[in-house]
Amino acid sequence: MHMPSLATQFLHVLAAGLLMISFAMLAQRRIRRLIVLLAWQGAMLSASTLLVAITAHQSHLYYSAALTLALKVIVLPWILMRLMKRLGIAGDIEPLVNISTLLLVGLALVIFAFGLAQPISALATTVTRQALGIALAVILLAFLMIIARRKAVTQVIGILALENGLFFAATSATYGMPMVVELGIALDLLVGVFVFGIFFFHIREQFDSLDLHHFEALKED
Amino acid sequence: MTYLPFAYPLPALITLIAAWLVLGMLGLLQPQRVGWVARMLFPLGALVALGVAAVAVSALRAGFTPQVLVLPLGLPDLPFHLRLDALSGFFLMLLGIAGAGISIFAAGYFRRGEGTSPGLLGLQYHVFLASMALVVLADDAYLFMLAWETMALSSYFLVTSQHRIAEIRRAGFIYLLMAHIGALSILLCFGALHGGNWTMTFDAMRGASLSPAWADVAFCLALFGFGAKAGLFPVHIWLPEAHPAAPSPVSAMMSGLMLKTAIYGLLRVSMDLMHTGPWWWGLVTMLIGLFTALFGVVFAAVQTDMKRLLAYSSIENIGLIIAAVGLALLARSFDMNLLAALALAAALIHAFNHALFKSLLFLATGSVLHATGERNLGKLGGLIRYMPWVAMLALVGTLAIAGLPPLNGFVSEWLLLQAFLSTPAIPHSFINMIVPLGAAAVALTAALAGYVMVKFYGVIFLGQPREAQLERAHDAGVLERIGLAWLALGCILIGVFPQVALDAAASVTRALTGAAVQRGGTIWWIAPVSPAQASYSGLWLLAGLLGVVAVVFVIVRLFYHGRVRRVPPWDCGYRWLTPRMQDTAEGFGQPIRRIFGPFFRIEREVPAPDDAQPHYAIRIEDRTWRAIYAPITATVRRLADAVAVLQRGRLAVYLLYSFLTLIVLLMFVI
Repeated sequence: MHMPSLATQFLHVLAAGLLMISFAMLAQRRIRRLIVLLAWQGAMLSASTLLVAITAHQSHLYYSAALTLALKVIVLPWILMRLMKRLGIAGDIEPLVNISTLLLVGLALVIFAFGLAQPISALATTVTRQALGIALAVILLAFLMIIARRKAVTQVIGILALENGLFFAATSATYGMPMVVELGIALDLLVGVFVFGIFFFHIREQFDSLDLHHFEALKED
Repeated sequence: MTYLPFAYPLPALITLIAAWLVLGMLGLLQPQRVGWVARMLFPLGALVALGVAAVAVSALRAGFTPQVLVLPLGLPDLPFHLRLDALSGFFLMLLGIAGAGISIFAAGYFRRGEGTSPGLLGLQYHVFLASMALVVLADDAYLFMLAWETMALSSYFLVTSQHRIAEIRRAGFIYLLMAHIGALSILLCFGALHGGNWTMTFDAMRGASLSPAWADVAFCLALFGFGAKAGLFPVHIWLPEAHPAAPSPVSAMMSGLMLKTAIYGLLRVSMDLMHTGPWWWGLVTMLIGLFTALFGVVFAAVQTDMKRLLAYSSIENIGLIIAAVGLALLARSFDMNLLAALALAAALIHAFNHALFKSLLFLATGSVLHATGERNLGKLGGLIRYMPWVAMLALVGTLAIAGLPPLNGFVSEWLLLQAFLSTPAIPHSFINMIVPLGAAAVALTAALAGYVMVKFYGVIFLGQPREAQLERAHDAGVLERIGLAWLALGCILIGVFPQVALDAAASVTRALTGAAVQRGGTIWWIAPVSPAQASYSGLWLLAGLLGVVAVVFVIVRLFYHGRVRRVPPWDCGYRWLTPRMQDTAEGFGQPIRRIFGPFFRIEREVPAPDDAQPHYAIRIEDRTWRAIYAPITATVRRLADAVAVLQRGRLAVYLLYSFLTLIVLLMFVI
């Protein structure tokens, strides 16, 4: 059996790191830690993109890596931190489902994602094709986190994590999307977070809390 | 030599339609100024309407070849196709002539403080006119549906212009709902008509060969869809709600013009786009039409709201027109082209007449409403003294709609009867037995319509005022009078010169059935079947009537006594007469209520004999509400409740839905 190159092995390590961080986010109760984890996930993503850029000689991926670093490691976590402090919600968040069940469901999702990625990665020709299963797992885990949390802020973090997964899937399956698309998505994310921030203040003004169960009052009977 | 607009009729019409839209937009410059919107823009809109009519008439000349035009508007690869032929020309002429009268009236009618601002009303009004013209000109299903929906929406906004009143909002909602159900049916009909080649131009549909089953489906969908717009039983329910809710010029437009676009659509689909169908198409259409006519007139007889009464009368007239269309279809399926042409001519002329006199009457009720603030017949009366102009002009419309010669209503009802009575030649014994019964139903409807109109006119304008405040009623303004007079003039002219209307209809019937009704007789007479069977001359009749009146007048004045005496009416031996002793709208309709009892659902509150303050109330309902619409509403509500289980109000559950959907879809990928 032929041994994969050092760079590929290193990529697999980074991918595994992404997955581990996803699980950590699923298990994390504190918002501050969640944001830190999100920043770490961004860093892993940026590093893996850089690595792919070097091994596959894809020059546009350098820009992607730089963009990811700037946006997902520095800017967005900083905005979220500020938001958290302004809203005064640094404490615990109660998950809807208890953490251990959540982790078990997450495990099942990872197996499902790997099964799903098998035929696709067989078709791909990139150096990172093995990582596709991980990327899908990251997406599904992020979705699970959005569902299982109660506070509105965690939903935003979930969406950002989901975007990380999508980005990783794109790099591992086809060496990333065209530059224009990536720039557009980055801008969307930034704007999205701002809009969410404004919404949070409005929600809090309306309900005196960011707890989503207050939304149940909006249902028409 | 023909002038430019008549040499290029379609571009001229497009320009005129665009002019309507521009006028509507101009109203938004100063939406609150009645002087700008009503007194400036509406008369201009009336001029444009006259232009449309003038250009459209050119399409009715003998030897006119249909003109087509492709406008590079709309979606990519789906340009607008337009076509001007005799049928669309006829309906455009109707739209232009009646629309001009209504616009002039509206110029004097709209005032501030009645719901929507005048500028917005003007925009919707002119968009409504323009969309009706486009419906008639459309030559592909796409433009047709676009114009059709624009028509429905703009008229919805016009109906709900006083949207602060809950009842009007409800009426508007019912109208919008029925309009959309109808539009859906028409859309499906076009879907069935293209016959598998997926081209949505009418030209392609004319050439498509449909299997008999698909043709049946398409016809039934068309009958239902256009019937919902026209007000056929049992999809008529929006009509008596929406017409009274709308401002009077809008009621006039909807009843006089918009219902006719439904007739146009039915004719276009069933006689132009589709080939000759089986005989039961015509029979079903005719029977539904006749029942609708009878139903409408019976309900009109028991109404106490003057605009509701007119709305039911519209249902009746639409029923007659559809019955004539059904007879034309029936005759066409037996290749009896001359009979088909006669029935079709009756339908077309009646549609035109109805546009004139029903608009006239709705506008007259508008004047009465503005002068008195009352729609309830029980609180009106004696207005002929305070509103002589409106009363005289409304009298013309009343006599015309009652079908009295020498006015236009007589002409079309007479033609319709001629058509029904000349059918024994149909080679099908069963139908041969039914059709004369149709003639009887038409006659009964016409007679009852006369009864209804006596009630309408008598209770509003004759007798004593039932309320003290009616003595302060004032006559309509100059612009309103011009509008009413224009429509009344149309009623008189077509009644006296029916040859003109018959000629206009002839070019349509020639295009659709291949035959045309001969005028017959000499130039002053019309004899559609043969002079030996029946002939009519409006002019001679008018001359005769005037002669008799003149002779009686002269005899009375010169030879009898020549004095004019004014005396109080005989009080039957009572000591005094009060306005409360007059026959009321309820009382006048009571015999009809008795005779046609099974039609109605009646709730009565009768006071006890010893009641010191007796109170009598009666509510008359349409049975279709409970028989058809209530079960449908209940079913829809149950289904909606079943689906509403999904709505939990919890974000996490909603997210779970999309998550599970994602997982299931991904499983399919594997």
